[in-house]
Amino acid sequence: MANFNLEAEAIHIFREVAAEAENPVFLYSVGKDSAVMLHLARKAFYPAKPPFKFLHVDTKWKFKEMIAFRDKIMADLGFELLVHTNPDGIKRGINPFDHGSVMHTDIMKTVALKQALDEHQFDIAFGGARRDEEKSRSKERIFSFRTAEHRWDPKNQRPEIWSLYNARKKLGETIRVFPLSNWTEVDIWQYILSENIPIPDLYLAKERPVIERDGTLIMVDDERMPIKDKSEIRYEMVRFRTLGCYPLTGAVRSSATTLPEIVQEMLLSTTSERQGRVIDGDVGASMEQKKQEGYF
Amino acid sequence: MSEKDLISSDINTYIANQEAKDTLRFITCGSVDDGKSTLIGRLLYESKMIFDDQLSALQKDSSKFGTQGDEIDFALLVDGLAAEREQGITIDVAYRFFTTDKRKFIVADTPGHQQYTRNMATGASTASLAILMIDARKGILEQTRRHAFISSLLGIKQIILAVNKLDLVDYSDEVFKQISDDFDVIQKEHLKFEHVQAIPLSALKGDNIIELSDNTPWYQGPTLIHWLETVENTAKGKGPLRLPIQYVLRPNLDYRGYAGRVASGSVAPGNKVKILPSGVETVIAEITSMDGVLESAQEGESIAVTLKDEVDASRGDMIVEAGGPAELSDQFRVNIIWMHEQEMIPGRSYIIKIEGGTANATIAKPRYKINVNNYARLPADVLELNDIGSCNISLDRNIVFDPYEENRITGSFILIDRESNATVGAGLIHYALRRASNIHWQAFEINKAARSEAKSQKPCVLWFTGLSGSGKSTIANIVEKKLNANLRHTMLLDGDNVRHGLNRDLGFTDQDRVENIRRVTEVSKLMVEAGLITLVSFISPFALERDSARQALGEGEFIEVYVKSSLAEAERRDVKGLYAKARSGELKNFTGIDSPYEEPKTPEIIVETEKHSAEECAEQILSYLSDRGYA
Repeated sequence: MANFNLEAEAIHIFREVAAEAENPVFLYSVGKDSAVMLHLARKAFYPAKPPFKFLHVDTKWKFKEMIAFRDKIMADLGFELLVHTNPDGIKRGINPFDHGSVMHTDIMKTVALKQALDEHQFDIAFGGARRDEEKSRSKERIFSFRTAEHRWDPKNQRPEIWSLYNARKKLGETIRVFPLSNWTEVDIWQYILSENIPIPDLYLAKERPVIERDGTLIMVDDERMPIKDKSEIRYEMVRFRTLGCYPLTGAVRSSATTLPEIVQEMLLSTTSERQGRVIDGDVGASMEQKKQEGYF
Repeated sequence: MSEKDLISSDINTYIANQEAKDTLRFITCGSVDDGKSTLIGRLLYESKMIFDDQLSALQKDSSKFGTQGDEIDFALLVDGLAAEREQGITIDVAYRFFTTDKRKFIVADTPGHQQYTRNMATGASTASLAILMIDARKGILEQTRRHAFISSLLGIKQIILAVNKLDLVDYSDEVFKQISDDFDVIQKEHLKFEHVQAIPLSALKGDNIIELSDNTPWYQGPTLIHWLETVENTAKGKGPLRLPIQYVLRPNLDYRGYAGRVASGSVAPGNKVKILPSGVETVIAEITSMDGVLESAQEGESIAVTLKDEVDASRGDMIVEAGGPAELSDQFRVNIIWMHEQEMIPGRSYIIKIEGGTANATIAKPRYKINVNNYARLPADVLELNDIGSCNISLDRNIVFDPYEENRITGSFILIDRESNATVGAGLIHYALRRASNIHWQAFEINKAARSEAKSQKPCVLWFTGLSGSGKSTIANIVEKKLNANLRHTMLLDGDNVRHGLNRDLGFTDQDRVENIRRVTEVSKLMVEAGLITLVSFISPFALERDSARQALGEGEFIEVYVKSSLAEAERRDVKGLYAKARSGELKNFTGIDSPYEEPKTPEIIVETEKHSAEECAEQILSYLSDRGYA
């Protein structure tokens, strides 16, 4: 057995997909896991460019800083980025405030992703999910097979033995591939530090305008946030443990302004990473249900 | 200083320490209710991998689903999917992660019940250690033997015999000793572990997990965590260089890099290497990386190298040490673990995937299958889900390999079904049945082209497929008569006739039908070599076998003729009275009645015998042949 090495495993996975997929795509979500994955994709094909396109599913509710960061990174690297937003959702004015987190996420993320995959005929999509994030993720394959309707059937996944991945599929069927499957949150941070990988400043503590909603601190990123009384807005030292739609992403009070301090804070913290995400708390095993419907 | 203190006082040192830690991958296996999930939950809990919010969710779940009354049920931490939670069982392989001061761990949690051998094998394939859970009250069960066997077969060298639930046998040293002794007997006779470490445990109460327990004063061996932290992880850099080429990097005309993960050994610029299968020797020029060129690379690293000479190498080839090359062959003795509900059919063509490459493979009838509960060898015609069997396998091209016992990466493969694309089996190469270096195709001066020339014709196979009674033989007979009248050299292979001779040992089960067609394919290939227009008239009900025949022949040499008739019409004709017998149950496995017929999707010719006479159908085929220069 070869000595196990997370970086080498991820690079091996990228190359395997590049060799076997017809039209692969890298789902870039701007967060720290995407940053690590992007770095690994560059390493896998250096000195060539990664032989696939990059796609960002934009709900139009991402932090402004995320979008600015995204555009700068892609421009610096000279990679082609496709941005997709669900036009139907825009038309209907879907937003997290009026329609709730569940419906917003379904229409602007899950449905939008399926639209983009169908429109561009992508057959294999890289995602940054990790097995340590959530219980039902821990059983996820590295190559996760989806039906032509993008559904994930937990009872009908291919056995994944050694590192021999079966990437064959019929027309219309797709595979989601997770090169970071075996990474933990600590591994991600450690790699960002040792490889000096750029990530959005939102991960670092800074004074930011926030209001409290149901016990969660939400950053007021733009004027679309419905606020009755402007005096509710406070300026606090906060940072984000995960990045997503700003109305659905809880901030944590923190004084960690450097990466080592973040790692320190995370390791001494007593709550798990996804707790800041409003969407996970809904139903027991809710992530599994969303996955079956085609969520990443 | 403990890690927790180090995090508070000197985070940079802590991070540096993390980088230096190695990772041990292990699996936990055992029977249902042996306490695997409880043990893993306990390890996660003790290594502080559980956060407050998870703990509160766990407390909530424990009272709802738990089996431990008001106490925390650690098993619920690791039982993930909703369906499993309801059934109270683990149904798949789940991966868990935890870190101690000394090491990082990836745990494959594999299920205990009998029908899930494939999951267990999957978990074991990437592990270097196995924890085998044994319920102290029950001792060694059939399933213990099964799991030990699979771990050993998949090349795991280190095993921990976790004698669990010792609290329920009053922490008896006799019980523990008896179980260890029983296992030693099995190990000596049947298994190949390098080391067996037995540890008395109670995962539920925490005995001997981290600290030696006062409840077992008679045990002075290592605790579970101590053993996991210190056991030898598989040695690095052993063995000669194996670098399977996964991908070729060509950013511009001046650079050609061969990318892959080092499967064994090490590599450095200046090393003499050989490219297999071509056998060309060259020298490593550079190891390219985004961080600058590397001085060397070791087993397990994903790298890209350039070569001194311009050589022809691509995905599926392997860069190997010039002095210690891998073997090359197209026929192997292998062990196969069957992983699909649809049984393995000897003679059928499967796709074989090895590191970096694929080929077409045919598996012979199993030599035997192994009863993994008592290790007896049993005769077998097929392999069913969760069977492990010894087989001979033959490929349509040479592949580069090492025996699995020497290299888990270059000695393993998976089998893929052509139709569904499902992964249906996993295999371990034992040895080559013949070495490619010993076979030389005899190069004869008179070849297919010369023989065809002499006959002034273009050889091909006309493959007639259709239901019994659809009119295949009648039409084939007319076609051959007309070709013969035109002075064409022909041969007709008819299902019924061939079954009287060459294939008289075959019946009508699915596997016999597959073998029947495989033989006919080989014979018709020889006929085409001889320059003949060959007419094959066989029901040949399975699309996969017809496709294999197509692939066995050259471009333009296979012409599929679908002789189309509805089942009702064929049955009405019932020339041989066979449908009547099938309907009465006198004849089993009859195509169309109790055995399927898979219609061709894109045959070259379809003749409809309900709309046209046999003469008209024959004319249609003849005009196809003359349009394309065959006749």
